[in-house]
Amino acid sequence: MVFSFLSEAQIIQLAVVLPLLGGLFVLWMGERNRNLRETASLITAVAEFVLVASLTPEVLDGARPSVDLFEMLPGLTITLTVEPLGQLFALIASGLWIVNTVYSIGYMRSNNEGNQTRFYVCFTIAISAAVGIAYAGNVLTLFLFYEVLTVSTYPLVTHSGKPEAIRGGRVYLGILMATSIGFLFLAMLWTYNATGTLDFVNGGILTGKVQGPELAALMFLYMFGIGKAALMPVHRWLPAAMVAPTPVSALLHAVAVVKAGVFSVVKVVVYIFGLDLLTVAHGDDWLLFIAGFTIIAASIIALRQDNLKRRLAYSTISQLSYVILATAILAPISVAGAAMHIAAHAFGKITLFFAAGSIYTAAHKTEISQMDGIGKRMPFTMVAFGIGALSMIGIPPTAGFISKWYILSGALETGEAFAILVIVASTLLNAGYFLPIVYAAFFKDQTPRPQDDPYCKYDNHGEAPVAVVAALSFTALGTIALFFYPDVPLALGRALVGG
Amino acid sequence: MPTSDPWLILLVVVPLLAAPVCVLLRNASAAWSVATAVAWAVFAIAIKLLMTVLDQGQATYRIGGWDAPWGIEYVLDPVGAFVVVVVAAIGAITLPYAKRSVEKEIRHDRIYLFYAMLLLCLSGLLGITVTGDAFNLFVFLEISSLSSYVLISLGQDRRALTAAFRYLIMGTIGATFYIIGVGMMYQMTGTLNIADLRTIMPAVIDTRTVHAALAFLTVGISLKLALFPLHMWLPNAYTFAPSMVTAFLAATATKVSAYVLLRIMFTMFGDVDLFETFPLQPILITLALAAMFLASLSAIWQENVKRMMAYSSVAQIGYIVLGIALATESGLAGGIVHIFNHALMKGTAFMALGAIIFGTGAVTLKDLEGIGRRMPMATAAFVIAGLGLIGIPLTPGFISKWQLVMAALELDMWPLAALILLSSLLAVIYVWRVFEVAYLRPSPAGVRAPNEVPLSMLLPTWLLALAGLYFGTHATFTLDLAHTAAQHLMGGL
Amino acid sequence: MIDWTTVSDLIGLLNDWIVIILMMTGFYIVIAQHNLVKKVVGLNIFQVSVFVFYITMGKIDTGSAPILKEGISVYSNPLPHVLILTAIVVGVATTALALALVVRINHSYGTIEENEIQTIEHDEEDVA
Repeated sequence: MVFSFLSEAQIIQLAVVLPLLGGLFVLWMGERNRNLRETASLITAVAEFVLVASLTPEVLDGARPSVDLFEMLPGLTITLTVEPLGQLFALIASGLWIVNTVYSIGYMRSNNEGNQTRFYVCFTIAISAAVGIAYAGNVLTLFLFYEVLTVSTYPLVTHSGKPEAIRGGRVYLGILMATSIGFLFLAMLWTYNATGTLDFVNGGILTGKVQGPELAALMFLYMFGIGKAALMPVHRWLPAAMVAPTPVSALLHAVAVVKAGVFSVVKVVVYIFGLDLLTVAHGDDWLLFIAGFTIIAASIIALRQDNLKRRLAYSTISQLSYVILATAILAPISVAGAAMHIAAHAFGKITLFFAAGSIYTAAHKTEISQMDGIGKRMPFTMVAFGIGALSMIGIPPTAGFISKWYILSGALETGEAFAILVIVASTLLNAGYFLPIVYAAFFKDQTPRPQDDPYCKYDNHGEAPVAVVAALSFTALGTIALFFYPDVPLALGRALVGG
Repeated sequence: MPTSDPWLILLVVVPLLAAPVCVLLRNASAAWSVATAVAWAVFAIAIKLLMTVLDQGQATYRIGGWDAPWGIEYVLDPVGAFVVVVVAAIGAITLPYAKRSVEKEIRHDRIYLFYAMLLLCLSGLLGITVTGDAFNLFVFLEISSLSSYVLISLGQDRRALTAAFRYLIMGTIGATFYIIGVGMMYQMTGTLNIADLRTIMPAVIDTRTVHAALAFLTVGISLKLALFPLHMWLPNAYTFAPSMVTAFLAATATKVSAYVLLRIMFTMFGDVDLFETFPLQPILITLALAAMFLASLSAIWQENVKRMMAYSSVAQIGYIVLGIALATESGLAGGIVHIFNHALMKGTAFMALGAIIFGTGAVTLKDLEGIGRRMPMATAAFVIAGLGLIGIPLTPGFISKWQLVMAALELDMWPLAALILLSSLLAVIYVWRVFEVAYLRPSPAGVRAPNEVPLSMLLPTWLLALAGLYFGTHATFTLDLAHTAAQHLMGGL
Repeated sequence: MIDWTTVSDLIGLLNDWIVIILMMTGFYIVIAQHNLVKKVVGLNIFQVSVFVFYITMGKIDTGSAPILKEGISVYSNPLPHVLILTAIVVGVATTALALALVVRINHSYGTIEENEIQTIEHDEEDVA
């Protein structure tokens, strides 16, 4: 799709600005014109996706359109550059934003949540920041939008205003700020001091400038500085943020925040360090181990969670480290797999979170032990959940299978025994904490709540409202569709390492 | 013979002469009008002088036509021009704000005197920055200090009186130390002209007298600068002064003292390897770090938000001194640019707090519960300033942090870089305390609706906040200017 | 035996001794005295020591008052005198201001003893 009346530079700039404009409109509409407000959100989301998608053909052709926004510091501009990995992330973020908006409308209205205007406005700022991260042309731009994302998602996490929410918000903000200011900022300045530039360049910018133990230290600062990637031990913000309403969790944990994290990790590894430099210098051996450890440890913790959202949170931490593990293997094919996994996990996880929210909306249940027999009452929701679970485990015909296949291939190619072991073990663990939920939902009988439980009246529930069910069905189908039509994400993933 | 630029003397004389005019006028509104007109005129002159200095390298004026070093000469170089613009800009922005704020906080029959004092203070601060004579500096130092003692004492709470008194005692000791230092230097060199002192200094640097002089000068100015541990007067003074006074002084007075420190170290002692001869660097860095950490920690425990911001200012002064102590072009540029950036942020913060005081009468955390909903504009401005203190990109605080950490990295001082960033994280804690209380707690039941804050107060606050955001995103101009100033100081042009 | 040259030199530095004694005395009074007026007096003594310091600096051996007169070739340095006049004026202004503040403090707190004021402020803060 070509917009003949907009230049390329304008399209890129608009992609970042459009959500903000939509947000202003939403703010103006306020609580008085709720329907207009939701329509505005939807239209903005669709327009955004169309804009972003329009850039795909030329990126696949090899073009790297770029635009300078403004000069922040002498010699350093805020620049937006479209390249394959960024385009993939932007597509996912903007595409899933549409679905998330539909879901949010259903969820927020049925649960009579307060402060909805603030909710939708913060969403727009968060998406704008996510696209900004996706299209960042240098580390400074990335850092800028990364911080904006943290600040704009804070009101979303503390939405309910209850004491748990405030506490969760403190952990969220505290860890993300501490890591970004303490580590990432330092890494950024170190890079600038050593190389004189912060641009993302194919093959990296550090060759010859930083070596040996310094290289490992710099990598350490970057990896733990990008706290949104939830590498242990800076992962605690993720379960803490579960206190947010489910659409926010879906956004945070599938679409924007965590994806921004792992995206930044891959981007830094590929475009600042460069795969070749790392392969030669073994600068990232420790990263392999930390990522592997995170995958296993998070899965084990997930096994022991009864709260559904918390189990999903730890599953997310585990899945994110898949991406980091895949990147750390340094084989081009596994890096392509990492890119694919960003897409696969996004669709799968958002489905799972949508399902969790759907269960809460319809049945007011949050613990897995309560969910026996729920599949009979909420078939759409639980089938979608099942599909999402299969994708996490990596069973065809879901998208998760494809990304896992690529990552394993890369591990086999480089002979990384540790990685292979981790992938196999975690697959089993994933099955261990997802399949029982699905089994219990469909094959066990519902246990009624005790008489004095205030939510007793919800025992005779059906499916969740239409908007909610529509959204989760769409993403579930998307998970399967990606299996059969993985072309676009794969092409982008391959373009990333092909050059 | 360098040409005499009359704008330089007008900068100081206009506010000085306008002060007695205010006294004669006796009417509060008339006094305010005169003060505001003067402040804007001074700002225009300051910009003009900046242009001249950027164009020609410096501007000079010989008082009475007498040549230096016999006569008193006014000299403006890039650093001075930068500081002059900061002071004048803050004056220009806070004066429109002052009208309603002062009417609410100060007894009506004293308001005309208040503006007279304010003009004297402005004149004094500008005089310190443009003078080229060490003793003349003392005179203006005392003019600005005495008038600030009065300004602070006019606060509503009676603790303003004791705060002003304490500031007076400590400030006078500081000024006296300064003058002892100048006396000793005069004894050894026979001149009071700063440029002249510079040329004669290498010959006398090895005497005990000059060593003692340096010590007295540094300690004296550190008292005015509120460098840890000589900062004790600041928290109370800023907390109990009238809102506009806090906003004005927080952004200007200590910054001008930082400028004096720069003058002493890099101009007066500029031809001597000061940092090689004396262990100034370790001492100043230690004190700066102590300020950054201890003051930030103190800020976290404060219940009164004005006092919290006052401690934050002590910490920020630590950053400025750290930049100076690094003694490289990058370090100096970092300190100098932070003079500007901090003025933007703290000015906004205190003006926002003043607006909240106007609306509700108090700024303890208890009083601020739910204020985000009751006074959205004022609170939002405060939050923007707070984000700047943390150092989020898009704010001027980010730019200063960038420059300071870069300067540390250039010197391979890794632990220092890490410490700078660590102390920013402390700012997250105290800014977030205010944020949580303002936005995430409900307003107390039965609380009165706040007085509506007039536009004349909100507009300057937001203007300064937006200016901060602008200079936080387009920092090329300010950083280049800071670098030029630093080069000038280090290279001795 | 006693080295009379050094002793004579030391006695010749009498002015400087006075400067030091006054400076330290004044400084001590400022810090240690509770009474606010006495603090102001201490400050004055401190400042006076500086005045003596400058004036001592200005006196030239065998110099006369710095007024042009025929037949006199050595004059004392007039510049320190000028500086001190300025400093004295500043000192007077400071003292006046300080005393005015003390009057207001007395009016407000009912006392001019620093420790009593601190107790009052402390109690106020606990209640506020």
